[in-house]
Amino acid sequence: MAKKKGFIENLGKIYGFYTVGFLVFVVIMAVLEQIGVPNKVIGYLFIAMTICIYAVIGVLARTAQVSQYYVAGREVPPVFNGMATAADWMSGASFVGMAGSLYILGYDGLAFVVGWTGGYVLVAILLAPYLRKFGAYTVPDFLGSRYGGNVARLIGIVILFCCSFTYVTAQTYATGIITSRFLQIPFEWAVFIGLTGILVCSMLGGMRGVTWTQVAQYIVLIVAYMVPVIILSFQVTGVPIPQLMYGGVLSKITALEQSIGVSKLTVEPFTHYNPLNFFGLIVCLMLGTASLPHILMRFFTTPSVRSARLSVGWALLFIFFLYFTAPAYATFAKYEIYANVIGSQITELPEWVNLWSNVGLLSVADGNGDGILQLAELKINRDIVVLATPEIAGLPYVISGLVAAGGLSAALSTADGLLLAIANAFSHDVYYRMVNPKADAESRLIVARILLVVIAFGAAMLARTKPADILSMVAWAFSIAASGLFPALVLGIWWKRANTAGAISGMLVGFGVCLWYLVGTRYGGMDLIFGIGNISAGLFGIPAAFITMIVVSLATKAPSSDMQRFIDELRVPRGKSLAQNR
Amino acid sequence: MAKNKNEQHWAKTRTLMLIVLSIWAFFSFFIHAFVRHLNEISFLGFPFGFYMASQGALVAFVVLIFWYSNRQGKIDKEFDFHEKSESK
Repeated sequence: MAKKKGFIENLGKIYGFYTVGFLVFVVIMAVLEQIGVPNKVIGYLFIAMTICIYAVIGVLARTAQVSQYYVAGREVPPVFNGMATAADWMSGASFVGMAGSLYILGYDGLAFVVGWTGGYVLVAILLAPYLRKFGAYTVPDFLGSRYGGNVARLIGIVILFCCSFTYVTAQTYATGIITSRFLQIPFEWAVFIGLTGILVCSMLGGMRGVTWTQVAQYIVLIVAYMVPVIILSFQVTGVPIPQLMYGGVLSKITALEQSIGVSKLTVEPFTHYNPLNFFGLIVCLMLGTASLPHILMRFFTTPSVRSARLSVGWALLFIFFLYFTAPAYATFAKYEIYANVIGSQITELPEWVNLWSNVGLLSVADGNGDGILQLAELKINRDIVVLATPEIAGLPYVISGLVAAGGLSAALSTADGLLLAIANAFSHDVYYRMVNPKADAESRLIVARILLVVIAFGAAMLARTKPADILSMVAWAFSIAASGLFPALVLGIWWKRANTAGAISGMLVGFGVCLWYLVGTRYGGMDLIFGIGNISAGLFGIPAAFITMIVVSLATKAPSSDMQRFIDELRVPRGKSLAQNR
Repeated sequence: MAKNKNEQHWAKTRTLMLIVLSIWAFFSFFIHAFVRHLNEISFLGFPFGFYMASQGALVAFVVLIFWYSNRQGKIDKEFDFHEKSESK
C-alpha cells in the first residue's frame, strides 16, 4: 500500500522522466538516420519502442483487485485523468484523419473541431460529477440502478455494444495499417501485432493498466503531432508557433485559390454542408461525445466528485492542444501543395507523389493534356494528409517515424478504452449483475479477461477483412450513442419524474429511429428527409427519444420515494457512493 | 419559501447549469450563424468567423469548464455539501 501511494505522489516525476526519455529516443533516431541507418530500421525501432513501452506499463500495472481492474482504484488525479481521457478520446481518426478532413472540407470541416470539443461542456455540467457520485463501474450499471432493473441495463448494453464495437474494429484496422506500412509486413498479420499491443496494456491491469498507458500514449501522440507543424511553420513563416501563424498563410491560400479560380474557397463557409447539416452535425457530435461509455467511464476513476469535474476541464485542455493545431496542419499542408506542387510539370513531380499513388491514396491525371499539374487534376485521400506532410515538405524520415508512432498511440489508446468498456459491460453487468451475482472477485476478473481477449480477437478478425462499411459506420457511433443513451442519462439525473417505463421506451425509440434512418438512407434507398445527411441521423433519434421518454414517464407512475431520495443523494457531492460494489 | 437545504442547493446548481448551457450554446451555434459577416473582420490575420470556429470557441469551452467547476465548488461549500476528505 505504501508503495502505491508513492507512485501516485511521484506521477509528475515519473512521467517527466518518461517524456525526457522519449525525446532522447527521438534524437537518437535522428542521429542514426544521419549516419546512414536505413529508413526501414528506423520505422521498426519506432513501432517496437511504442509497443514495448506500453507492454512494460501494462505489466507493471497488473492487478488482482476488482476496483483496481474496473476503475483504477479511484485514485487517478484530475490532471492525469485528463491526459488519459484525451488519449482515450483522440482516435486514429482524430490524429490521422481530422487535418485531412479540414484540408478537403475547409471551413465546413470545423464542424468536427467544434462538435468534438463542445461535448465536454455537457459532460462536465450534466453527467460526469453525478455518475462519479453514483460510483458505478460501468454506464449500464447506472442505468440499471436508476431505472430499477435489468431491462434498462440490458438495453444500455446493446446500445453500448453497437456504438463501441464498430469503433474498436476501426481502431484495430488503423493500428494494422500503420504497423504494416512501417514494418513492411502484410496487413493481415500486422493487425495481430496491433492486437498484441492492445491486449498487453489492458489484460493484466484492466482500467489501471489502461489509465497509466494512456497517459504515456498522450505524451507520444501530442509530441508527434506538434513537431512536424512547428517545423513547417518555421520554414514557411519564420515563427515556430503554427497555431498563431497560419492566419497569414490562410490569406495567401485564399489569394492563390482566387487566382487559380477555385470554386470552393477554403475559408468560405457552407460550401460542402448547408447550414442545417453543419449545425446538425455539431449537435450530434456533441451529444454523442457526452454519451459514449468509454469516455464517461474515465470519470469514474477520479478520487472525488470535485476532481471528476475538474478532470473534464483538463481533458478538454489536452484535447484542445491537438484540435487547435489540426487546422494549422491542414493549412500548411495545403500551402505546401499549392505553392510547390500545383503548376509543376507532371513528369517532374517529387518522389512522394509516386509512393502514395502506388498505394492508391493519391492520383494524378493530366485531364487537359497540357503536361502541367492543375489543382483539379490532383486527387488526395484525406487519410494521408497528416502521414504524408513530412515527406511533402521534405523533412527527414525520423519525423515520419515519429508521426507513425503518434498515430499508433492514438489508435491503441482508443482501442484500449473501447475494448475495456465493452468487456466490462459484459463481465460486470451481464455476468456479475445478471447471471451470477454471487461470483467472487477472482472468477469475476477471470471472466472479464476472457471476454476482453474474445472481443479483441473478434474485432481483429473483422478488421482483417478490411470491412469498408464498418469503417464508415464509425461516424454513426455518435448519433447512436446520442439517440440511445443521452436522454436516459441526463434525465435520470436532472428530472426526478423520469421513470423506468419512460427510460426503456425512450432508449428503444431513440435507438430505433436513429438506426432506421441510418440503415434506410444507406442501404434501403430511402430519400434524405430535409436533406439531413446520414451522419447526422441523431437529429431524428435525439428528439424522438426525449419526447417518448417524457410522455411515457408522465403517463405512468412517478418513481418511488426511495428512488427520489436516491436522486437527492446523487446530486450532493458529499457522502458515500451509492452503488453497491464490492 | 420554506425549501429544504437539498432543494436550495439544487436550485442554485440548476441556475448555474442554465447559465453555462447558454454560454455553451452561444459558442457552439449562435456565433457560427454569423460567420459570413464575421469573416469580414480580420483578427490576428484570420477571418474572424473562421477563427471563432477553429480556436475561439474551443478556448471558450476550456475556460467555461474550469469556471463552472470553480463556481459549483463554491455552491457545494455554501451548503456544506462538499467533500471534506480531499485535501486539494
